[in-house]
Amino acid sequence: MSSDNDPAELTIEDGRIVLKGRLDAKNAAAIWSRALKAAEKGSTLDASGVTYCDSSGAALFYELQKQRGAKIEGLPEDARGLLKPYADADFPKLGGGKEKHEPAATSIGRVAVAMAGDMREQLVFTGQATVALLHGLVNPRIVRWGDMWRTFETAGVNALVIVGMIGFLTGMIMAFQSTVPLQQFGVDIFVVNLVSLAMLRELGGIMTAIVLAGRSGSAFAAEIGTMKVNEEVNALTTMGLDPVRFLVVPKLMAAILVTPLLTIYANVIGIMGGLMVVMLFNHPWAAIYNQLVSAVTLHDIATGLIKSFFFGALVGGIGCLRGLQTKSGASAVGDSTTRAVVSGIFLIIAVDAIFAVVFWAIGF
Amino acid sequence: MAEQKNIIEARNLTIGYDENVVLKDVSFEVRQGEIFVILGGSGCGKSTLLKHLIGLHAPMSGEIQIEGRDLVSAEGDERQEILTRIGVSYQSGALFGSMTINQNVRLPLEEYTDLPENALALIAWMKLRLVGLEESGGSLPSELSGGMQKRAAIARAMALDPAVVFLDEPSAGLDPVTSAELDALILRLNETMGTTFVIVTHELPSIYAIADRVIMLDKKKQGIIAEGSPEELRDHSAEPFVRQFFHRQSSEEEAQS
Repeated sequence: MSSDNDPAELTIEDGRIVLKGRLDAKNAAAIWSRALKAAEKGSTLDASGVTYCDSSGAALFYELQKQRGAKIEGLPEDARGLLKPYADADFPKLGGGKEKHEPAATSIGRVAVAMAGDMREQLVFTGQATVALLHGLVNPRIVRWGDMWRTFETAGVNALVIVGMIGFLTGMIMAFQSTVPLQQFGVDIFVVNLVSLAMLRELGGIMTAIVLAGRSGSAFAAEIGTMKVNEEVNALTTMGLDPVRFLVVPKLMAAILVTPLLTIYANVIGIMGGLMVVMLFNHPWAAIYNQLVSAVTLHDIATGLIKSFFFGALVGGIGCLRGLQTKSGASAVGDSTTRAVVSGIFLIIAVDAIFAVVFWAIGF
Repeated sequence: MAEQKNIIEARNLTIGYDENVVLKDVSFEVRQGEIFVILGGSGCGKSTLLKHLIGLHAPMSGEIQIEGRDLVSAEGDERQEILTRIGVSYQSGALFGSMTINQNVRLPLEEYTDLPENALALIAWMKLRLVGLEESGGSLPSELSGGMQKRAAIARAMALDPAVVFLDEPSAGLDPVTSAELDALILRLNETMGTTFVIVTHELPSIYAIADRVIMLDKKKQGIIAEGSPEELRDHSAEPFVRQFFHRQSSEEEAQS
C-alpha cells in the first residue's frame, strides 16, 4: 500500500512519464530537473499516482504543461484546484532584460554624474550651513543652545579619555622610535623638537579630528539619518522649521568649538608623553624644557589650531550632510554613517594637505 | 476531506508577561479549513495569545499543539519543522525593506527547499498572482501602498504552503474598500488553497464576511467568554458584553447608513 508520505517517484514507462507519491516542496525539488528533461513537447505524463500535491507540485505541473507543452493525465483533484487561478495566465519569461549588462562608458558616465551630483549637494549644503551658522551668530536667540551644549558634552567632554590616550601613546611612540636612531649621532635631545613640532603642527589636530569623525561624525549622521527615515525631518519642514537651522547648526557649532579645545588637549598630552620618554633616556628636565621653549614658536601652535577649526567644521558638516542624504530602508542609516566616517577622514587628510601647501606658499 | 481535523489545539493555556497573567486556563481548537477569528476589547490579550500561538513566547503553563505536535516543548529541527507549517503576516507587514517583493516571497522557499532557480521564480510568481501582485514583484516594499504590503505579506506567509496562516489585524490602517478586498482575498485563499486562517481583528464587517468561528476574550475574566459563529454570538450569547459588542457597533453602523 502506498501511504501519503511516500516520496515522489518519477519513472518512464513506454515513453510515458509516470509520477507517483507525495509531491511537496522537498520532493518536487528532487525530481524537478529530471522531470523537465524527460518532458518533450507532446509527451504524456501520468499523474494519477500522486497522493499529495502542494503549490510546489502545482508549479511543476504548470511548468510541464504550459512551458513544455506536455500532456498531463490523471491530475489529482488538489492540484487541479491549485492550478485553477493560472488557467489563463502566462508566467513571464525569465531574464527578460532585467539584468542587462551596461557598457563601460555608461557606467563611468553614471558614476561621474552621481559624483558631480554629490559634489553639488556638498556645495549647496556648505552654503546653507554657512548662512544658517552666521544667521545664528547674528541672532543668538534662534540657536538651540540646549542641543548645542548637549552635543558639546557628548562630542567633547566624553571624548577626553580616548583623545588623551591616543595623544599620549602617539607622543610616546614617536619619541621612542626616533630616540634610537638619533642617539647614534648623539643628538637625541632633538627628539623634543620632533615630537613637539609634529604634534603641534600636524598630528594633534589630525588625530583629534579623526577620532571626532569616528565618534561624533558618525553619531550625527545616525541621529539625523534616523530622523529622516522616521519622517521627523519632514515633520520639521512642514512645521516651517528649517532642518539645517534646527538640526545642523547646533551640531556644527559644537563641533567647531570642541575640536580646537580637544586639539590643544591632545597636543599637551602628546608632548608630555614624548617628553616622558626623553626623560627616561636620562636627559635632565632643565635641558628638555630649554629645548622645548627654543623649538616651539607661536606660529607652530597657531598653524595647528587654525586647521582644527576647519577640521571641526568638516567633521560636523559632513556628518550632518550624510544624515540628511539618508534614503529609506533598514540599511540606509548604516550607509550614511559609513559614508560620514569615510568621507570625513578623507576630507580631513585632503584639507590638511591643502593647508600644508598654502602655509608653505605664504611662508607661515 | 477531513473537515473536522484540528490544526491547532490549545489546552489549559495560561499566558502573560513576567508575573502578569493575561489569560488563564484557556482551551480552544482551530479546525482544518476554517477561518477562525480571535476577538476582544483592547488590552484583553489578543495579540499576546497570537504571539504564543506562533511560538514567539512560551506560555506559563499549558499546551499548544500544531497538527498534533507540541510547539511549546519542541526544540531545534522539530521546532523549525513545526514553524514551517505556519505562516504569519504581522500587523505592519514586516516585509524586509531591503529586498524586493519577489525576494521577500522567495526567501522561505530558498531557505527551506532545494528547488532550482526557475522553479523558485515560478512559485514566487504563482504566490504573488494569488494575491494579485504579480506585476509588482520587482518593487521594494516601500514603493507599495499599505494594502499591497499586507497582501505581499500574506503571499510571503503562504510561500511554504503552511497548514495555517496567522493574520494580526490585517485591516488595520486600511480604507473600507481595500479592507473588503483583503477579506475577499482571504476567502478566496481559504477556498482555493484550503488554508486555515487565524485572524485577530476588531472589524465587525469583516468578521461577518469571513469568520467561520469566533472566540471572544475578556480582560476581566482573563479567558474566553464566548465561542461560536458571529451570528450565534450576536443573537444568542448569554454574556451581555458579547451582545453589546456585536449590537452596539452594528446599531451604530445602521445609524450611520
